[in-house]
Amino acid sequence: MKVTLTVNGKQVSRDVEPRTLLVHFIREDLSLTGTNVGCDTSSCGACTILMGGESVKSCTVLAVQADGAEITTIEGMASADGTMNAVQRAFQENHGLQCGYCTPGMVMASYSLIKENSNLDEAAVREGLEGNLCRCTGYHNIVKAVLAAASEMGA
Amino acid sequence: MYPASFEYLRALSVAEAISMVSNNEDAKFIAGGHSLIPLMKLRLATPSTLVDIGRIGSLSYVKDEGSQIAIGALTRHRDIEISDVLRSKAPMLAHVAGMVGDPSVRHRGTIGGSIAHGDGASDLPAAVLALDAVLVVEGPSGRREIKATDFFKGFLETALGADEVLVEIRVPSDIKAWSYQKFNRRAQDWAIVGVAAVRNGTTRVSLVNMGATPLRATGTEAALASGASLDDAALRADEGIDPPADLNASVEYRRHLAHVLTKRALSELG
Repeated sequence: MKVTLTVNGKQVSRDVEPRTLLVHFIREDLSLTGTNVGCDTSSCGACTILMGGESVKSCTVLAVQADGAEITTIEGMASADGTMNAVQRAFQENHGLQCGYCTPGMVMASYSLIKENSNLDEAAVREGLEGNLCRCTGYHNIVKAVLAAASEMGA
Repeated sequence: MYPASFEYLRALSVAEAISMVSNNEDAKFIAGGHSLIPLMKLRLATPSTLVDIGRIGSLSYVKDEGSQIAIGALTRHRDIEISDVLRSKAPMLAHVAGMVGDPSVRHRGTIGGSIAHGDGASDLPAAVLALDAVLVVEGPSGRREIKATDFFKGFLETALGADEVLVEIRVPSDIKAWSYQKFNRRAQDWAIVGVAAVRNGTTRVSLVNMGATPLRATGTEAALASGASLDDAALRADEGIDPPADLNASVEYRRHLAHVLTKRALSELG
């Protein structure tokens, strides 16, 4: 089945089997490998992307369900000249990553969380990121980074 | 993990959805897919055809109809969680929707999908049971109403016919007191045991993950009706119930949790 999506601002069309998961479509058909597969059971959040501006777990969405949708992956977060998004910069400045595997998903989920909530405090960030696991357990600096990004983004 | 192959059809109206599954017993409806896709990836569900109803925009709404609030089956958990109407008129449902999975899951999962899936370990089926909700379903011969009490039949089995779609959930707007107790060990996990309690004249109590379906705590309800103390009523929460054992909890531990959480829920009702 033919699907057409807008990914990071660019329209893409591909023929896919209906059972193709969105995360595989992104990684294998579009070669955007910044989005990781972690648990593959919608628990860990490594595959989090934005669909219509909201965070979703792309391992639990079929590519055909996303037909027509606007998708943003980690590759679409920086500006065209390479300037990092406020969330990416906050993760770098606050050392919000250790091994880095969860980071793309963390950045996408954090961005969505900040956009949805105007009064984030530490507890709200921890709860808001409950669907994103960091197996290095580096949560402390991740939370610091999200709070820093939230204040920069005016939340 | 890829699901097994299937044919994919997209319905743009309820009537079209119903016609697409008629004469095809292996067909399944999919909306947000957050219950069904995980099952398909594990090959525990292998439908021959998926009928995508997720784009039927007319089934996503929250309407204040006086004594009842009507919720379209395709309303996503996130939209229920933040609905001003539900927060003021049926706050338990908004609260419970906000406890499903995590924010990214709630952006995709729908209330109708969760209820039609009918998992006894899910939050929303037990909530609609305690709320005495009415479930409106549509099939080839029109609409009918099913009380939540009559809806959940067995493990992932409901009163929905193979060619019927859950279209609306109706909950009372005049609940005086409510409580939802969810016990789990990790933030986003499913309840090991959960308890929903609603007081509206009488008190209704339902249990999460104490059986194949969400269950009413009939022992507790009868005890309260006959004037028993909260302690005594809570100790009857598992009466006539045969809870499962799994990696998270033994049968005995589940019974214990049902007592403790029911006591907490009843105390919170005041």
